[in-house]
Amino acid sequence: MGKTLFDKIWDSHIVMSKPEHPDAVYINTHFIHEVTSPQAFDGLRKRGIPVFRPQKTRATADHNVPTLDQHLPIKEARSRHQVEMLTKNTAEFGVELYGLGHPYQGIVHVIGPELGITLPGMTIVCGDSHTSTHGAFGAVAFGIGTSEVEQVLATQCILQYKPKRMKIEVNGTLKKGVLSKDIILYIISKISASGATGYFVEYAGDAIRNLSMEARMTICNMSIEMGARGGLIAPDETTFSYIKGRQFAPQGADWDKALAYWKTLFSDNDARFDKVLTFDAADIEPQITYGTNPGMGMGVTQHIPALDQVEEKERPSFKKSLEYMDLEPGSALLGKKIDYVFIGSCTNSRIEDLRLVADYVKGKRKADDVVVWIVPGSKQVEAQAIEEGIDKVFAEAGFQLREPGCSACLAMNEDKVPAGMYCISTSNRNFEGRQGPNARTFLASPLTAAAAALTGRVTDVRDNF
Amino acid sequence: MSKIFQHLVSAAVPVPIENIDTDQIIPARFLKATTREGFGENLFRDWRFDANNQPKADFALNNPLYSGKILVAGKNFGCGSSREHAAWAIADYGFKVVVSSFFADIFKNNALNNFILPVQVSETFLDQVFKAIEADPKAEIEVDLENQFIRIVATGEQENFDINAYKKTCLRNGYDDIDYLLSLRQDIEKYEGTRAFNF
Repeated sequence: MGKTLFDKIWDSHIVMSKPEHPDAVYINTHFIHEVTSPQAFDGLRKRGIPVFRPQKTRATADHNVPTLDQHLPIKEARSRHQVEMLTKNTAEFGVELYGLGHPYQGIVHVIGPELGITLPGMTIVCGDSHTSTHGAFGAVAFGIGTSEVEQVLATQCILQYKPKRMKIEVNGTLKKGVLSKDIILYIISKISASGATGYFVEYAGDAIRNLSMEARMTICNMSIEMGARGGLIAPDETTFSYIKGRQFAPQGADWDKALAYWKTLFSDNDARFDKVLTFDAADIEPQITYGTNPGMGMGVTQHIPALDQVEEKERPSFKKSLEYMDLEPGSALLGKKIDYVFIGSCTNSRIEDLRLVADYVKGKRKADDVVVWIVPGSKQVEAQAIEEGIDKVFAEAGFQLREPGCSACLAMNEDKVPAGMYCISTSNRNFEGRQGPNARTFLASPLTAAAAALTGRVTDVRDNF
Repeated sequence: MSKIFQHLVSAAVPVPIENIDTDQIIPARFLKATTREGFGENLFRDWRFDANNQPKADFALNNPLYSGKILVAGKNFGCGSSREHAAWAIADYGFKVVVSSFFADIFKNNALNNFILPVQVSETFLDQVFKAIEADPKAEIEVDLENQFIRIVATGEQENFDINAYKKTCLRNGYDDIDYLLSLRQDIEKYEGTRAFNF
């Protein structure tokens, strides 16, 4: 019987498989950042051991860096200390760091792909659940905890039980104004925030195949929001042409050999998945979330479920969620006044996202009472945006183009949405307090966020196309 | 942090909410420490305290009726961020066991790596546990790792739970994964020798 893409990659990375034991899986690339690594380096010190393969770990500072005045010392003492610890630890253990001020600095899941570090067939881990982003290249990539970061630093391996396999197919043609963010928000709203727990997902179907690499990354990025261990897409010509020529990608004869291997990375026709789900691209409209987990989403013109549409058992959690959001069951969100717009995060902060937003808002002006933050995913994205004049389009629209980092996606730095305020956000989580204590988040695509920035309200982006 | 778990009889603290994500367990703004200690004081920070840092009386952790080393929560506990700080906060607060009808994958790994036992039970049994605590806030729950069962002491209702044999051994003896992986050093180097590329 044939193998799935996931099985091909996983099986070729097993160092040791013993009955009753988790597999010891070799890790090709390990990304680290300032928040989930200091305790792991401490662990190595306590054991008196080095980083086993320092050249296979890359570091950047992203989670709690400020997004203004990055050339100045970080004001907040604890954030500064954490970033300094990363510099100290990477220097002491011989790990390459793309820290603040470095031209490669940025959100860890943006810089890996754009530098050509992320490649098909790799196993990739990082102490961050959105590591699934790298799956867009046909890599087995997943988030891990700090004890596991220590395992990888110490041995370049991780102990894991093999997850089950799920295939999610999306076929057909997307409607105008519908982006890959809408595809993934739609899928999560259909299968819930735990619908893929225990599974590794392969996304397939022509609607996925027709997406750009950056759009594919947005899909794989949010795999964790339905509980999946990770998500991946088989590499194809789109993948290969994206990678070719990037800084750390194979070159010359190595490229040819690599390409020959990468072309074997697909699920065989007779491969067996534990679960298969199929969706029709034509059913998807621009999405928005209304609740406090990413599964609580709907089409932007739809109504929040009424209480009697929610299973009785789930009503207490549903009510708690809507009370936090200060929204009524059964009500519509279209036309709802918003206060903030955040375009950024490892989900939607790449150059294509910024181009889409710039095209949409060119020559227009934001609503007066809305604050708009645009946070590019990396120094390279920022430089590209400036080169293309996108910064000027944003300035004319009254949008603020800030410096790279995770920013208001998790509000570890100063970029917090004030209590009680509503933010349309292109990030990945609408949990209580995620964008600041008592802040309220509506997740949406960059286009839906841009439309709301202009009107100051939840808007159907298709009205202005 | 105790590095061994074998058997426990304790009262339990009920938080009957579904989809409790790790941002609720420990909000991002408290992730700036560079050690593993001290996260317990901010466990469920924004559910426990209001904007003026006053305890919210209606939250279970502030209710003096409830105590014990077992946290009982609604389904899909620990979803969201991979932050191990969530497991550190739960351990630092003093919990040894979390009971739910469903756990997120990364949280489950993080909990086990910190010698917290995630006990996954059926929805029916979870309801029975919540009802037992409602009837008597001091109701004792017994958790036995060796025989893999959880029991409501007063009613005798009990259920078996799954745990893989490897992790069970780790928990019962205080072994951790790095000890095991370090013992594979030769196998790891041998594997590296078989690969032409780093993928």
